[in-house]
Amino acid sequence: MRGLRKILAIAATLAALAVLNIVFESGVGGFQVNPYYARIIDLIGINITLAVSLNLVNGLAGQFSLGHAGFMAVGGYTATYVTVAHGAAIAGLVGGTLDGGAGAFVAMLVSLCCGAAAAALAGFLVGVPSLRLKGDYLAIVTLGFGEIIRVIILNIPAVGGATGFTEAIPLTTFFWIFVVAVLTIVIVRNIATSTFGRALEAIRGDEIAAEAMGVRTTRYKVLAFVISSALAGVAGGLSGQLFANPLNPQQLNFMRSIEVVVMIVIGGIGSITGAVFGAGILTVLPEALRTVDQQFPGLRMVLYALLLILFMIFRPQGLFGRREFGWSWLRLPNRTKIPVALSDAADARQHTGRRPVDRRSTLGGSDTDD
Amino acid sequence: MDTFFQQVINGLSLGAIYALIALGYTMVYGVLRLINFAHGDVYMLGAFAGYFLANALNLDANPSVLWAIAVTIGSMAICAGAGLLIERLAYRPVRHHSRLTSLITAIGVSLLLEYGGQVVFGATPRFFPQMIRSETYAIGGVQITNQSLLIIVFAVVVMFALQYVVHRTRIGKAMRATSFNLSVAKLMGINTDFVIAFTFALGSALAAAGGVLVALAIPRIDPLMGLMTGLKAFVAAVLGGIGNIPGAMLGGLLIGLMETALSATAYSTYRDAVAFGILILILLVRPAGILGTAVTEKV
Amino acid sequence: MKRHRGRSLGLALLGVATLALTPACQRGSTGIPVGLYASLTGDGASFGQSSKDGTELAVDEINNAGGVLGGHKLSLLTEDDQSRPDQASNAVLKLITQDKVVAVLGEVASSRSLAAAPIAQRYKVPMITPASTNERVTEAGDYIFRVCFIDAFQGEVLAKFAYNDLKARKAAVLKDIQQDYSVGLTDSVVTHFSALGGQVFDPVSYSSGDTDFKAVLTNIRSLRPDVIFATGYYIEAAIIARQARELGMTMPILGGDGWVGEPLKNGREALKNTYISNHYSGDNPDPVVQTFEKSYRAKYGHAPDSIAALAYDAVKVLADAITRAGSTDGVKVREALATADVAGVTGRLKMNAKRNVDKPAVIQEVTYANGAVTFVYKTTIAPD
Repeated sequence: MRGLRKILAIAATLAALAVLNIVFESGVGGFQVNPYYARIIDLIGINITLAVSLNLVNGLAGQFSLGHAGFMAVGGYTATYVTVAHGAAIAGLVGGTLDGGAGAFVAMLVSLCCGAAAAALAGFLVGVPSLRLKGDYLAIVTLGFGEIIRVIILNIPAVGGATGFTEAIPLTTFFWIFVVAVLTIVIVRNIATSTFGRALEAIRGDEIAAEAMGVRTTRYKVLAFVISSALAGVAGGLSGQLFANPLNPQQLNFMRSIEVVVMIVIGGIGSITGAVFGAGILTVLPEALRTVDQQFPGLRMVLYALLLILFMIFRPQGLFGRREFGWSWLRLPNRTKIPVALSDAADARQHTGRRPVDRRSTLGGSDTDD
Repeated sequence: MDTFFQQVINGLSLGAIYALIALGYTMVYGVLRLINFAHGDVYMLGAFAGYFLANALNLDANPSVLWAIAVTIGSMAICAGAGLLIERLAYRPVRHHSRLTSLITAIGVSLLLEYGGQVVFGATPRFFPQMIRSETYAIGGVQITNQSLLIIVFAVVVMFALQYVVHRTRIGKAMRATSFNLSVAKLMGINTDFVIAFTFALGSALAAAGGVLVALAIPRIDPLMGLMTGLKAFVAAVLGGIGNIPGAMLGGLLIGLMETALSATAYSTYRDAVAFGILILILLVRPAGILGTAVTEKV
Repeated sequence: MKRHRGRSLGLALLGVATLALTPACQRGSTGIPVGLYASLTGDGASFGQSSKDGTELAVDEINNAGGVLGGHKLSLLTEDDQSRPDQASNAVLKLITQDKVVAVLGEVASSRSLAAAPIAQRYKVPMITPASTNERVTEAGDYIFRVCFIDAFQGEVLAKFAYNDLKARKAAVLKDIQQDYSVGLTDSVVTHFSALGGQVFDPVSYSSGDTDFKAVLTNIRSLRPDVIFATGYYIEAAIIARQARELGMTMPILGGDGWVGEPLKNGREALKNTYISNHYSGDNPDPVVQTFEKSYRAKYGHAPDSIAALAYDAVKVLADAITRAGSTDGVKVREALATADVAGVTGRLKMNAKRNVDKPAVIQEVTYANGAVTFVYKTTIAPD
């Protein structure tokens, strides 16, 4: 029964996305979404994938990565390069072309998988040395990694260097973007409610205590980091192959990573719903404020910075805290309730961002871990 | 051979810049265990304060060493104030929260200074007035400007001064105690709030002096100038052993030399990657840094 | 948990409503809508402002003279792209599909023109870039035009001047790897200088924003070149000139039109013995140029730079095409643009088959005196 429900849900989601895809991409009976709004919605979808995947590391595991744009770049450039160099051959394997149909579908699937694999590998290489140490180092190392990637891409003429990867084939559609976004949400949600998720939660709460309880902290941290990087890579692949949206090293810089961090901070670090919401706000806001932006250049970034500081001081839990928006209210009352991960009281304590045991404030505490 | 010695001089001049900023970084980290992301931006603020002061005094047209010193001191005072404000308004409210909260706050402050700077000063780079006329000394085929020489000498003096303050004075003792254990230090009657504020003011004043001196040698200043330089200085501090004052100096000079060495090869565009490559390498091989010991000597 | 669900749902709905409401704020416009996208903020702000000023001056002149197509005025809609390629795409998509402009003007930087060109091509709206010199920009499709020369030609001009006039035989090149303009210009300089029989050392790369060039310059010094090409933009050019002179290097330094910008003056005395290639010279006695100089100064209070002159020309070419097409229909305007032949302030603008214009470049000597830079006309070099 549960299996059937799952299959039905997946089929319904895919069907709905396919129908919407037609409305967005080609139009039905003379009605088509204005391409400018369609573009904004596409960008929201890509940002949802980025924000929700970053949330896995920054929210669930309590580590702090500042290099999401770097992983997006690795995955994006790999995926785009795969279709530019070998796309036609891959489409030919199923007897199609890149213009549409099965050929384009398979080529896109292969390219996104390659992007995910490349980004995952990069995540592994960066994660292993830095995750063994304190969280602060991860921030600097990931930031540095993002810069290194940017410099390397600038030096590769085959992917456009400073001009950007303008040879990209526009294969990304509304359908792909939202299939990936939904998939990302499902993956991160499932991780959050699994043993893996509990382990991450323990690490976030107190790493030393978690280790003492037998949680293999480094291993779980690296795994979460690798999954998060892979998803960012897929988002990069979608972004780079969106029509007239070429990847550009100048744009995949530190500021892009910060933008994603702001999304999850506003939404609530640790909340998937919050990340989705934050992605929406931060994509729509700059477009809605186009004229304001023009009059007061730079004010938007100042606003982001102030939001970060004020949220940290007055509401470190963000808009949503760790709460999630669920569909359980649609179900019949006799259904078994989904187990709630934390009691509300424990939740509230987490929201303040305090360590569960503040060793500095206890008499018998020691600071030897520092 | 001339080329080699010239490159060594180039590397030391560049390294002294990183060292000067790394000294401030390492001190704040030593006391608070906080990566003060905004440190590089206070350095930027220092350069801009110097820019406006020097232009107000019209020093570009009438260069004068005495007035240049006055401008530097003025800029240091302004930035010490800014450092105190930042500590009081942003860092203190989150001091007892998790490290993640402090880190995000620090990034927020850094962004605020950078983009606030863009709104107030404009994004277009400005050029620092020549308060001291540039002079080039040539020894054989090796050339060095008086400004580069000034930076190297100043960095060394600051290193010894800090070492003295931390190890030989009362406030230095209080700083070390706070660093060792904040709550115990408080119980011992140390006014830890004051000690932390003092550390911030001192660190910010040093950053400001660095900003003015560097702007004299390399006149381009813009609101984002502190970002990369600050991060590299942080790596320098980690390389030398974070919290260790001579270590920061050593780390800064080493990174300057390595960047220059790379620039001299065909891979000059990868030089921004050097510092971060080194960071990953240290974390793998010797996380405590060159001069640091496993139990780091704390400031 | 249940209590909060209503609130989060409410917030989500609010988000959707914001999205749905934005179409309501469309701009009302009269006349023929023409779009301009420019980097009014960000790194390229100085270019964006110049192109906006030049464009607005031309639009005003045309409208004051009675507009086009029997009294229809041009109505200029400007969008900022924050110096970001993705924002350039969004801006052009908005101008074309929402504001329904009949033509798009912009961008200066080639990377941003390249990002947005496919959109103009897809919706069959002609686009004229005033100053993107990268060859590939107009290859995006037959709706994309430009009114400036291309990198390949500018490189040829610089190489010829260095080889023939400065009698240089060994050259070093400094390129800004972060700017496609500089990369393209470097390729062209290297090709042409070698073709003339000169020797070029491997180009040395740096990145926009770098401040310390002493290491690479020391290396160049040991090679003893007769001339240095610095193919990047003005800010780095000023610093490169200074640091080169500090290292005792006195040879001529040459740059492209990217050197044209107010901050170049900070190179000070080090700018002695430097030359640039440029689109436009205000010293040109041609009455078209002198009238433009005068009205630009009257409106903005300072002399126009080459970007402003090119942007001005782009509008003139567009107005001419709309007049000749007798319509604002994209297909017809495109056809008229393809046969454009207008006397512009930057020279004769005759469209060739690749939708580029063949026109001469000027070489100017950079001189510094009393805190200001002036570009002194040296020579004109025409395409072969």
